[in-house]
Amino acid sequence: MSATSRRSFLALSAAAVGGVALSACGTAGPGTGTGASAGAGASGAASGGAAAGTASMWALSGQPNEGIVKNSVDAFNAKGGPKVQVDFFQNDAYKQKIRTAIGAGQAPTLIYGWGGGGLRTYAAANQVEDLTSWVNATPAIKDRYINTVWNAATVNGKIFALAGNGTQPIILWYNKAVFDAHGAQPPTTWADLMKLVTLFNSKGVAPFSLGGQSRWTSMMWLQYLLDRIGGPTVFQSILEEKKDAWSDPAVLEMAKKVVELVQAKAFISNFASVAADGNADQALLWTGKAAMMLHGGWTYGSMKANGGDFVSSGKLGWTTFPTIAGGKGDIKGLVGNPANYWSISSKATAAEKEAAKAYLKDGLLAKDEAAAFVKSGTIPVVKGVEAQIDQSADKPYLSWVYARLNEASSFTQSWDQALQPTPAEELLKNIEQLFLLKITPEQFVTNMNATIGK
Amino acid sequence: MTVASTSVATTAAPAPAGAAGPPATRKPSLILFALPALLFFLVFAIVPLLGVIVLSFTKWNGIGAIVFNGLATWQDTLTRPTTWNALWLTVRIVILSWLAQTPLSILLGVFVAGHQRYRQVLAVIFFLPLLLSSAAIAITYKTLLDPNFGLAAGLNIPLLAQNWLGDEVLVWFVLIFIISWQFIPFHTLIYQGGVRQIPKALYEAAEIDGAGRLKQFFYITLPQLKYTIITSSTLMAVGSLTYFDIIFVLTTGGPGTSTRILPLDMYLTGFRGSEMGVASAIAVMLVVIGLSLAMAVQRLGGKGSRGSQMDGM
Repeated sequence: MSATSRRSFLALSAAAVGGVALSACGTAGPGTGTGASAGAGASGAASGGAAAGTASMWALSGQPNEGIVKNSVDAFNAKGGPKVQVDFFQNDAYKQKIRTAIGAGQAPTLIYGWGGGGLRTYAAANQVEDLTSWVNATPAIKDRYINTVWNAATVNGKIFALAGNGTQPIILWYNKAVFDAHGAQPPTTWADLMKLVTLFNSKGVAPFSLGGQSRWTSMMWLQYLLDRIGGPTVFQSILEEKKDAWSDPAVLEMAKKVVELVQAKAFISNFASVAADGNADQALLWTGKAAMMLHGGWTYGSMKANGGDFVSSGKLGWTTFPTIAGGKGDIKGLVGNPANYWSISSKATAAEKEAAKAYLKDGLLAKDEAAAFVKSGTIPVVKGVEAQIDQSADKPYLSWVYARLNEASSFTQSWDQALQPTPAEELLKNIEQLFLLKITPEQFVTNMNATIGK
Repeated sequence: MTVASTSVATTAAPAPAGAAGPPATRKPSLILFALPALLFFLVFAIVPLLGVIVLSFTKWNGIGAIVFNGLATWQDTLTRPTTWNALWLTVRIVILSWLAQTPLSILLGVFVAGHQRYRQVLAVIFFLPLLLSSAAIAITYKTLLDPNFGLAAGLNIPLLAQNWLGDEVLVWFVLIFIISWQFIPFHTLIYQGGVRQIPKALYEAAEIDGAGRLKQFFYITLPQLKYTIITSSTLMAVGSLTYFDIIFVLTTGGPGTSTRILPLDMYLTGFRGSEMGVASAIAVMLVVIGLSLAMAVQRLGGKGSRGSQMDGM
């Protein structure tokens, strides 16, 4: 080999190294690449390779839900007959893994999800079973659920999933100790809320905690603002992908209210650096650095676990999101996560599907599981838990949420879960920029209209 | 080269019968040795790469049917402001991380190349960040930089309670700092090796001619490190081009799209936004840019690489 060819050989191998590094990345991008499907296949085989009559199931890790689901599965398996084998995955990792697994035909029998837009994608690709006739023929299932769960499980009038776990509306939390120290009352109108912003800012307390880096945290504000200004129908027409649905004047008003809040310094000054995944936003509330926080019902449990005596000593307060003068919305309207959902993979064998159905009918949300959810501070999605709520140590909170759920005039599903994944991602991107004042309310409307039908 | 690799080949192949094969079989055996690597490269690099190129002409949500879309996907990708923003940010991160890492790595490399005991102890300490996984580094820094409960609260220094990850300018200082913190040790190691290769005689001659430390550094060390700099720069440029993990964990491209560099844009578009076609088009762009960059840096070595650095020695 001459010197020249050695040089080009070296250049080539350096280029090849770059190429490997890059295409390794490229494989991660499009997902179907050999690497990605091989990975999914390996774990699919690990959980799906069990004997016939055993349904595989993927669920989310993290207590208390992980323990409750595991106990429920163990109890079902102990009865003899069909079996369920469950594996647990971390939340964000699961969301991406399940899509890759379904796309590669390696999905578990029981698919855990959030209903809404994600479920519509699965249903459109015939990846999940149509459960309508089975549910209608099985009153034991049909009758056990509270009414708010079915909407997010239904695609074109057909039921593709059954609800599980608990129902989690978004709640306006406040720190009673901070409120008492400054003689404040929880807000019932928008004017009250803005007065509290001024009051707490003058006292050196951040009015609202916000984990702005996580984006969906900011989204909860838009959801309630839009519900109170325009009522639940505005988002419904967005969901139905009506042309220019985001041009509804209520949307513009909502975005302007966000700008108003940011300019009035309603949120903790460095909210863009605060992430919700470490619960730093909740810590701001229970340490008294912030007076209020708009967040999901699930934070009750984590504030109880992490906040010392904050919850047990009664310092945590909760209320409904205030009304806005001139708005069409109703103070009884709720937004949040109506439930989590279980679907059955259409690629599973007949025996696996039977085992999955047996679990959904007899194992899921059986009495012990429902009781365990109440005990963990969550309202399960089934009827007849009043007695358990009464006996619970968290009765003040649970009975309040239960009453709100029963009198709810509407329950709008979280937007990022209700929308299809592509517009949902665009939405989160634009929400972040709106909160950073990088785009105007008008640009927000234009950008979001562009996502309709995408 | 041929001699070298043949001798490696024969020593690397412990002939079971004890006899080296007849000369005629040597050539095919060389190809056999390369075969596993070639096969690996074909299956895990070339085939997915072709798949990505095909996918970049389709519209696909990752689950449903793959629809061929002709040039529409490329048109969509190239007309998105986020793509150009990501491209610009990628250029920025390549340049900034090179500017931050190279001088420090060279200086540290020269420093730890000395044989004094304390320098070697320090070299071991400098090496530590290289042993940590990127995800662990990112999570640790994210916790430390939390404005309300991080380092500022722990040490009671209010000055540290900045909007580190939420300010579009500040976040870049943080990123470049963390990337440098993680990778300078690696490049220091490369330079240490490079400096130790420089013949002592050169320095001795310079000293006789009355050149001071500074002059020795600029007229001997730096020119002698030319090829080390090229190697290190190639690794840096291609490395920061495909930079992903730390930024993903630390900011996920935020605030807004201020740190959404091309690899991150590709991942988020594909896996969060379920637009596999567009994500593939971005991936193809990355491959092209990466290859051209690697070749361009190699070219910088120029014709000189034919000659020896040791001319006249």
